[in-house]
Amino acid sequence: MPINSVVCIKQVPDTSQVRIDPETGSLVRQGIPSVANPYDLYALETALSIRDRHGGFITALSMGPPQAEEVLRKTLGYGADRAVLLSDRAFAGADTLATTYALAAAVEKIAAGSLVANIGSGKGVDIVFCGKQSIDGDTGQVGPGLARRLSFSQLTYVCSLLEVDLKAMRVKAWRQREDGRELLQAQMPVAVTVTEQCSSIRYASLPGLIAAAKKPVEVWSAADLNVERGRLGLKGSPTRVSKIFAPPARQRGEALSGPGKSAGEMAASLFDRLADRGLKIGRRGG
Amino acid sequence: MNSGKNKPAPAGAAESAPARFDVIVVGGGPAGLAATFTLARAGVSVACLERGSWSGSKNMMGGVIYSHPTSRVFPQFWREAPLERHVTRRDMWFATTDSAIKASFESADFGVEPYNSFTVYRARFDKWLAAQATAAGAWMITETLVEDLLREDGRVAGIRSGRPQGDLEADVVIIAEGVNSFLTERAGLASCPPQAANVALAVKEVLALPKEKIEDRFDLEPGAGAAIEIIGEITGGLPGTGFIYTNRDTISIGVGVLLNSLVDNVTEAYTILDKFKQQPQLRRLIQGASPREYSAHLIPEGGYRCMPQLYGDGVLVAGDAAGMVNPINSEGANLALLSGQMAAETVLACRQQGRFDRAALALYQRRLERSVVIQDLKKYENATPFLASHPQLFGLYPELMAALAREFLTVDNLSKANKEKLLLKLFRSQVPARRLLKDLYDAWRSLT
Ligand SMILES: Cc1cc2nc3c(=O)[nH]c(=O)nc-3n(C[C@H](O)[C@H](O)[C@H](O)COP(=O)(O)OP(=O)(O)OC[C@H]3O[C@@H](n4cnc5c(N)ncnc54)[C@H](O)[C@@H]3O)c2cc1C
Repeated sequence: MPINSVVCIKQVPDTSQVRIDPETGSLVRQGIPSVANPYDLYALETALSIRDRHGGFITALSMGPPQAEEVLRKTLGYGADRAVLLSDRAFAGADTLATTYALAAAVEKIAAGSLVANIGSGKGVDIVFCGKQSIDGDTGQVGPGLARRLSFSQLTYVCSLLEVDLKAMRVKAWRQREDGRELLQAQMPVAVTVTEQCSSIRYASLPGLIAAAKKPVEVWSAADLNVERGRLGLKGSPTRVSKIFAPPARQRGEALSGPGKSAGEMAASLFDRLADRGLKIGRRGG
Repeated sequence: MNSGKNKPAPAGAAESAPARFDVIVVGGGPAGLAATFTLARAGVSVACLERGSWSGSKNMMGGVIYSHPTSRVFPQFWREAPLERHVTRRDMWFATTDSAIKASFESADFGVEPYNSFTVYRARFDKWLAAQATAAGAWMITETLVEDLLREDGRVAGIRSGRPQGDLEADVVIIAEGVNSFLTERAGLASCPPQAANVALAVKEVLALPKEKIEDRFDLEPGAGAAIEIIGEITGGLPGTGFIYTNRDTISIGVGVLLNSLVDNVTEAYTILDKFKQQPQLRRLIQGASPREYSAHLIPEGGYRCMPQLYGDGVLVAGDAAGMVNPINSEGANLALLSGQMAAETVLACRQQGRFDRAALALYQRRLERSVVIQDLKKYENATPFLASHPQLFGLYPELMAALAREFLTVDNLSKANKEKLLLKLFRSQVPARRLLKDLYDAWRSLT
């Protein structure tokens, strides 16, 4: 039985080129090219590899300005079957609460459409994939927020999606923790957020790109969704940014060098240096 | 590297993709896009393959594009295309390290439709050209490097890209790959080996300056622009020119110098640019402007003599790849656009006979020869060797002109009659009459 999935893709400024305005502390985005949030591409690859195994249908979904179409077009090149862009002034200025509100409404619309067209498992949307966080906002809230709004189960920080059992409607995955990994199982429909340990995006084939070149990117406005306008965009966003600052640059570590000295002498001078700073150093076995 | 790479794409994704095209265009610059657009509009199935992430992402240009040739391919483009300023003033400066003689031409009719030329940001302009091609029905395929040509019975039958399942067939391939003409060489069409004497290295900075300041400093009507060409000691005496173009709220400033002279003099182009920016009359124009971007690009300057064979069995070459740059007027984009269009028109004509062999495609050469493209290139075929062998044009002469002007304009206790004598003496001491005559004669022969 094929799987119907939605992959959320955010357009972010190419951070390798972003500067921080030292006076205002805000990002200087002007003239910076946009790219797909890298974690979202890990999410897309995870969805593609599941489709390779089980078949199915993938919709790439993004909310953003009209230019975000380019990022979505790339996802079609990689093999997404359909691309939907939520673009409307009403969506602008959204925090994660308002973003998940709009995205969830879009997922519901996609699910309803899939039921009619009999796409995927026949149960609407089975899996929503997100990156673990965006590299510009870094909140990591959109995946879990979507799960909550859609009443899906959730698997966050997935570093490897092992198994999709369509009979039991279960997925099994490794989840990355700071101190290790845990093996989890969740019931579908499920929202999955993935880390960079998942495979990076494939190199799209030439026929894939050619097919994508003419596929339309559908653009939906607020009027296309079943939403209350007051809960969208800036109006629907209780988050206020009270202060932005650039973290102070980390001090460079001290490097000891001693031309002509032996390793033992160097170790001794390191030892003295640390002791000077009041560090207590216990010797093994001592 | 990563396990995702080289996995074949799922079969389903490729369903609606045509398996072959009538024409493949390699390179989405002005030449390639003019060809692609012209073909698509005529209903031919055409794919344009560009290695950059979008058309324009790899391009940089000084740059001025001209209305007349551009509108032959894209009628009334100025109504929609992203342009910076229409150029109403063109200056030529002969500059030394601290002084300049400025010749300026300004015309009001350059400020009204159809205009004469525009400054553009190639990153935006090329993107727009690509959008026109897409709208006309072409397949724009980006981030795809063409690595080789496919051959069948000795004729070019398609391309090989670096992507999985990366071969693609076509009746004709139009090579519009720009100055690093690797495929032209692979096709066996190149005539000159790539040589430092035949290319200039251009480095350019884009500096941000508020719109009003630009109009103030360059003495321009709102929205109008200036293009300044500069020769003289500022290129370190090397054969080359400097330029300044005004954009909407930025200034492009750069220098282009023949590559072999950089090599011979063990100088770097950016060192020349840094010095150039210190020249007092120039420095005033860019004062307080903050750097936005920096780029470098080659310009083919071999001219007519180094043009490759322009056609072969199943293949045509256009634009910079064919060496179509006029080194005297630094025009390349317009020749690229026109040659791309003519390549497309040639293919359209050949389709009627269903023949794409050398003999049929030779029509391209004949069309070009009847057009300004080859006529201009022929006219200046000796220009680059002449300039390279007469470095005094870039050092001594501008220096001398400035010295004479300075002496003439300085009021001191020398009588005017004595001043004239002094000027003459100064001149003769620097340039023996025979040498001047010879230089003039050479210039006349190779530039007119
Ligand atoms: C500093 C500077 C100033 C200039 N100023 C002017 C000016 O004022 N006026 C003017 O008319 N001209 C000017 N020119 C010249 C002008 O930029 C070029 O002549 C013009 O861009 C040529 O167009 P083209 O389409 O032939 O090549 P390009 O614009 O170089 O386009 C070639 C395209 O092919 C792509 N490509 C190359 N190889 C491959 C491959 N193997 N597979 C896929 N894609 C490939 C490249 O990424 C590129 O996008 C200037 C040039 C420079 C460098």
